[in-house]
Amino acid sequence: MSNVPNELKYASSHEWIRNEGDGVYTVGITEHAQELLGDMVFVELPEVGDNVSAGDDVAVAESVKAASDIYAPIAGEILSVNEELEDSPELVNSDPYGDGWLFKIKADDESELESLLDAESYSASIEEE
Amino acid sequence: MALTATKRTPLYPNHLAAGAKMVDFHGWDMPLNYGSQIEEHHAVRRDVGMFDVSHMTIVDVTGRDAKPYLRHLLANDVAKLQTPGKALYSAMLNNDGGVIDDLIVYFFNEDSYRLVVNSATRDKDMAWLETQSGEFDVAITERTEFAMIAVQGPAAKEKVAVLMNAEQHAQVSELKPFVGLQLDDLFVATTGYTGEAGYEIIIPNDIVGTVWEKLVAAGVKPCGLGARDTLRLEAGMNLYGQDMDETVSPLAANMAWSVAFEPSDRDFVGRTALEAQKAAGTEKLVGLVMEEKGVLRAGLKVIVEGGEGVITSGTFSPTLGYSVAMARVPQPVGETAQVEMRKKLVTVKVVKPSFVRNGKAVS
Repeated sequence: MSNVPNELKYASSHEWIRNEGDGVYTVGITEHAQELLGDMVFVELPEVGDNVSAGDDVAVAESVKAASDIYAPIAGEILSVNEELEDSPELVNSDPYGDGWLFKIKADDESELESLLDAESYSASIEEE
Repeated sequence: MALTATKRTPLYPNHLAAGAKMVDFHGWDMPLNYGSQIEEHHAVRRDVGMFDVSHMTIVDVTGRDAKPYLRHLLANDVAKLQTPGKALYSAMLNNDGGVIDDLIVYFFNEDSYRLVVNSATRDKDMAWLETQSGEFDVAITERTEFAMIAVQGPAAKEKVAVLMNAEQHAQVSELKPFVGLQLDDLFVATTGYTGEAGYEIIIPNDIVGTVWEKLVAAGVKPCGLGARDTLRLEAGMNLYGQDMDETVSPLAANMAWSVAFEPSDRDFVGRTALEAQKAAGTEKLVGLVMEEKGVLRAGLKVIVEGGEGVITSGTFSPTLGYSVAMARVPQPVGETAQVEMRKKLVTVKVVKPSFVRNGKAVS
């Protein structure tokens, strides 16, 4: 059974998002997603300063198995990206909710969070797969 | 309703106990990895790892006509085998020169040989072996009572000592590449699918669990199909069904070296077709190297001077830190190729299809 922390929100496409306060959110992929993908070999991150819409493909997680697009769960401006992943993409596997985070985004409209899944709904969605 | 149960090797409980992620591999429930396939890959390149290859099919060919039968059946020539235990890699072709399977044949004596063929092709292989036996006086016996473990890596020689006495270990340590030796219950062969030194060991089903656990206790890391694929690809070894199949000539699959056209009067299955292909020219299997980010993957389109081809196998190479692939392309090829990746054309280097041997980059 995958770890799905209660304090996060989720997209059905397996991104998680954490509220850091002041309209800033951290985004990564779930433990379930990294398990499906297997060992990560490259992570392509967005440019800092990019303005993105919810659902845009903004990053690519390339594993031994496949290249997968990662979507922005909400609209906003990319504030920073996890540069550690350049040399250590395996952090996405070993610590998907911590050191394996992908980027931070400044939300355009925090009400968009309401359309995302809570931990319970996300857990239910991955059990159906 | 069709109930198709997957088959399990005798090591299935050992895999579960080791936390393996199991997958259906052509009808067999096999370990994909035991956590990280990249760590398993590195274990084989730097130290030692082992694979359960019990799903592979072991077939003994015995009888008065064993040698002439195999000289008819196989594209390589078993007459090259003179020393007991010596092994040979060969294609088994159909009449059109397509590859039915690739295999290893061991020579015991002129009336007794052992074939190790792929598991995914078991049924058609067995049917073809029977069909081709025709007038030959041979017995074809599948040895399902045996399992097989591949112990691979620079420390393999030292670690297999736990399976034998000192005298036997001295014998095993002396073995040249591509030779098998029966030691009590174990048939130990210096073969493999990783590009490292090591052994493939054929073991009776009822003791293979004990053998596996002895190797685990000696520090041999269990490795799954994921690492097996990246290791063989770095080593430039073909995977049946991916790099060649019945529609592909061995000449277009980097297997020409294993086709024995001499002596010219040996009439092996597929010979006529291969001679015609050789005269007309065939596609070629090349290696591709992409040092920038991204991963070359099977199925991607490749453009070379001679036209359009396809990547047959591609992966991220854990040893090299960038992507490598094998591609079947029309000739002439040139020094670079264009690969269509995510709607962009990327220029990659063309090399011989062999990237890593004995832990080192082949340059």
